[in-house]
Amino acid sequence: MSLGLRVRNLGFEYGPKRALDDVSFEVEPGSFCALLGPNGAGKSTLISLLTRLLVNPSGEITIAGHDLRQSPRSALADLGVVFQQPTIDLNLTVRQNLAYFAALHGLARTETPSRIDAALDQLGMLERADEKARALNGGHRRRMELARALLHQPKVLLLDEPTVGLDAAARSGITEHVHNLANDGLCVLWTTHLTDEVRDTDRLLVLHQGRILADGTAGTIRGNQNLSDWFLSRTEVAA
Amino acid sequence: MSGIWGVARAIIGREFLRFIHQRERFIAALVRPLVWLLIFAAGFRAALGLSIIAPYQTYITYETYIVPGLCAMVLLFNGMQSSLSLVYDREMGSMRLLLTSPFPRWWLLLCRIFGSTVISILQVYTFLAIAALFGITMPPWGYVVVLPGLALAGVMLGALGLVLSSFIKQLENFAGVMNFVIFPMFFLSSALYPLWKMAESSPLLRDICALNPFTYAVELIRFLLYLQMNWTALLWVVTSTLIFGGIAVWGYDPARGLMKRKT
Repeated sequence: MSLGLRVRNLGFEYGPKRALDDVSFEVEPGSFCALLGPNGAGKSTLISLLTRLLVNPSGEITIAGHDLRQSPRSALADLGVVFQQPTIDLNLTVRQNLAYFAALHGLARTETPSRIDAALDQLGMLERADEKARALNGGHRRRMELARALLHQPKVLLLDEPTVGLDAAARSGITEHVHNLANDGLCVLWTTHLTDEVRDTDRLLVLHQGRILADGTAGTIRGNQNLSDWFLSRTEVAA
Repeated sequence: MSGIWGVARAIIGREFLRFIHQRERFIAALVRPLVWLLIFAAGFRAALGLSIIAPYQTYITYETYIVPGLCAMVLLFNGMQSSLSLVYDREMGSMRLLLTSPFPRWWLLLCRIFGSTVISILQVYTFLAIAALFGITMPPWGYVVVLPGLALAGVMLGALGLVLSSFIKQLENFAGVMNFVIFPMFFLSSALYPLWKMAESSPLLRDICALNPFTYAVELIRFLLYLQMNWTALLWVVTSTLIFGGIAVWGYDPARGLMKRKT
């Protein structure tokens, strides 16, 4: 039984349009897996299925050993998510935003303040805890969302294009931090369409037109080409 | 089990914080019924003669007649506004946060409705207090007895708002639906005129009013304010709440397709 993320023969259609076709992969605990795909490849549909915003008509999703269809509560309890779209209440403070999320995940009230402090401290955000989210810049808002996604100590972390709209320093900071989380044992699935966020040692899944085009270590997949060229040549996306 | 109540407290608390941050929404919600009460009703008083009808024991002024309807109007507008914020939440992504909670989705949606109902009830009592300052009062115990009626009517209208929000893709589409839902519901009800009065001008319109769940929300509130129970109204409101709630849960069920179009 995998304690990471396992997807088997996943398919999904929007009416006549096939968004995902027989997608299968597995991400082990302690592994950083980049899911690379051009726009329209099916990444957002996959994230919606993994987070149960949509339910898969065919195939199987297992999160930390829990079948998402049969035991959605246990599966979602072990899942941390950073959505592409910000999901912050800008009128609330950082702490209030995190406390709201903690309650949504059933954390005990007595335990919540120390969890929030620890999560914010880990992301270097503790001193901003009582500021309104509106006062934070884009990078700090993302860090806050990452801290929030880790609050309930999930076993699997999904990040859907988490660096969109961030400057180079913020992007690099978040990428580095999430790699460290994977090194500490977390199972990470990071979707992106930016090849420079993928390291040679990362596990790489390439999704194109709803199908898995490549699955392996990024360095091995790209061979002698740089990843960007390899990716463009395989997905036929204009530069 | 404590998690179930913790999540309820958090969702209701968040609604409350949002309410505090939007004082203009509170003022607008109060001004609307007060305009009807203090201006519209004053003008209409002479034009509309009312006979003695239950639950009233004697002739009443028109202002007194429309107070329950205006209480329900506050609930109606707030229920719709809350669903508007759900559409906004979905566009802004915070709905995703709610729906990826491991708690049952029906419970999360119910907590959301409870949250907006609590805010609506605060607004209704503020409206009733201002009406009392203008001399439009109810039996003292009526203010207490009406509370469960307000809560039930608030949940019914909140569930209706949830149904609408589950069918609406974008904020832009919502304004049209507001016009097609709020105004017909309000005017085709017993909020502003008793149904027998409506029957005098059009039996068909009266029949439509008699099928409008909002009519029964108004009558439930009216009777409870006068320490009486209108069982027909209660049955209509409970049944409508269950139907709207069921459709809302269905609409937000990830397996059943409505979310498919939006995510």
